[in-house]
Amino acid sequence: MGGMVESLVRARGLVKRFGSYTAVDGIDVDIEPGESFGFLGPNGAGKSTTMRMVGAVSPPTAGELRILGMDPAVDGPAIRARLGVVPQTDNLDLELTVEENLLVYGRYFGLPRATVRERTAELLDFVQLTDRAKDRVEPLSGGMKRRVTIARALVNEPDVVLLDEPTTGLDPQARHVLWERLYRLKQRGVTLVLTTHYMDEAEQLCDRLVVMDRGRIAAEGSPAGLIAAWSTREVLELRFPVTEGGPSHAAALAPLAARGAVERVEELPDRLLLYTADGDAALSEVLALGLRPLSSLVRRSSLEDVFLRLTGRTLVD
Amino acid sequence: MALPGPAATSFFVQRLTAHRHFWRSSALGSVLEPVLFLAAMGLTLGTLVDRGPGVPGGVGYLAFLAPGLLVAAAMQTATGESSYPVLGALKWDRLYEAVLATPARPADVLAGHLLYVAFRVTTSAAAFLVVLVLFGAAASPLVVLALPVALLTGLAFAAPVTAMAARLEEDAAFAALQRFLIVPMFLFSGTFFPVAQLPVALEWFAYATPLWHGVALARDLALETAEAGSALLHVGYLLLWTAAGTWLAARALQRRLVR
Repeated sequence: MGGMVESLVRARGLVKRFGSYTAVDGIDVDIEPGESFGFLGPNGAGKSTTMRMVGAVSPPTAGELRILGMDPAVDGPAIRARLGVVPQTDNLDLELTVEENLLVYGRYFGLPRATVRERTAELLDFVQLTDRAKDRVEPLSGGMKRRVTIARALVNEPDVVLLDEPTTGLDPQARHVLWERLYRLKQRGVTLVLTTHYMDEAEQLCDRLVVMDRGRIAAEGSPAGLIAAWSTREVLELRFPVTEGGPSHAAALAPLAARGAVERVEELPDRLLLYTADGDAALSEVLALGLRPLSSLVRRSSLEDVFLRLTGRTLVD
Repeated sequence: MALPGPAATSFFVQRLTAHRHFWRSSALGSVLEPVLFLAAMGLTLGTLVDRGPGVPGGVGYLAFLAPGLLVAAAMQTATGESSYPVLGALKWDRLYEAVLATPARPADVLAGHLLYVAFRVTTSAAAFLVVLVLFGAAASPLVVLALPVALLTGLAFAAPVTAMAARLEEDAAFAALQRFLIVPMFLFSGTFFPVAQLPVALEWFAYATPLWHGVALARDLALETAEAGSALLHVGYLLLWTAAGTWLAARALQRRLVR
């Protein structure tokens, strides 16, 4: 291909079935060196299955998949030698210490012992766990275990790091610590591929992402690009008192949409979302119609809105 | 099916590293158990047996019992290391998942696991051997040949039990395995008395178990009564269980881990 840099990951029509269940239903993906790429979608969208295929541990049912220019069906071990994997559920060796987990793991990559020792010290410093090096893994907090898993995934200095739901189940403080560390990795030029069902995580970490739903890719782009393409600049959120059997508030807002003051109205179980370029102006119009919401909030559009638009559902239910 | 490579050694090292954290308690068990058994069965019961018609071959009961007990202990160690720890590594701690994210393959994990079981069986059997000698239960220096027999018997159990564990979703089956196969084998496969004492049907059950072959071989060697023909038959039978079990385990692990 005459000097062209091949994508780190290239998938065409990638399919994964388990019996009669289709987990991944024909997706095309290209991930370029140095970028942070995200799979955003709710649980069951096929993100983890895709990650396992990209991790060269799960053979695709159909379609084409090349990772680092290699075919995982043939070169699985050679591909995995250059990947770092942070699975959804931590799978550290709980019988070992923090340090031993890294030392032992490095051996699988055929690295000299001295190199592994050196890197282990550096990586424990990087994830701020040097003082816990000699402690058993088992009693550590969830956030610390996650950081050990990330450090372990870096022991072979991978070209690509795969992170499956990196902060799910962590408290907000632990999440921020982790995001900050991942951001540093990204700055060092490490290619990150992650799955998440948190829009804030996707916005923080991803240069580019695909929105996945029911095994398919619904849209692709940068976080800002996706918001621009699939949502309005602002969103007006309204909560109304519960009315039983009466006309819906969404119906009452129909004149606003007809006039073009609001582009679109989404009705959620607990609130109405009015998509508009100018949230404050839309709120004045709502009040002018004689409607009295219990509360109102004007905010910028997020990936959550993109997802709602694309799938008709919310990300986290 | 792929043959194991260098990653098998890495897995072995990983298990050894974990073992280093609790080797003291495990070593204590390896010494205490033979002491208890040899004292209770060999000395006290043995005195009673030796006062009567005794065991065939004219040796003391202790010398008859000890090599068999050593091999039976190997069965217990191998079964223990291949049941809960294997299911745990698949399901609870996801140890194998972590290993397979590296260049390692299921065949490497299996080989590393069997290597570790071999290590555990051999070191426990060596501790047993020391106790056996201290009890004066060695009729001949050849009792040391019980070690390789223990190793082979251990593998003949480790491989099929690993295959079983690799197919399980729940651990309840291990209790059944222990209750309905391991304990009856322990009691009725010639460890404590010659199987000729058994009703014919049970006698044939005993001949079918790998444990009887291990016990008979270790005893024949330790008492210097081994014959080439029967010794080869015992070794062959134990190798058959090891090979078939390994093949089944490799297939089960491949199916479970690569999907």
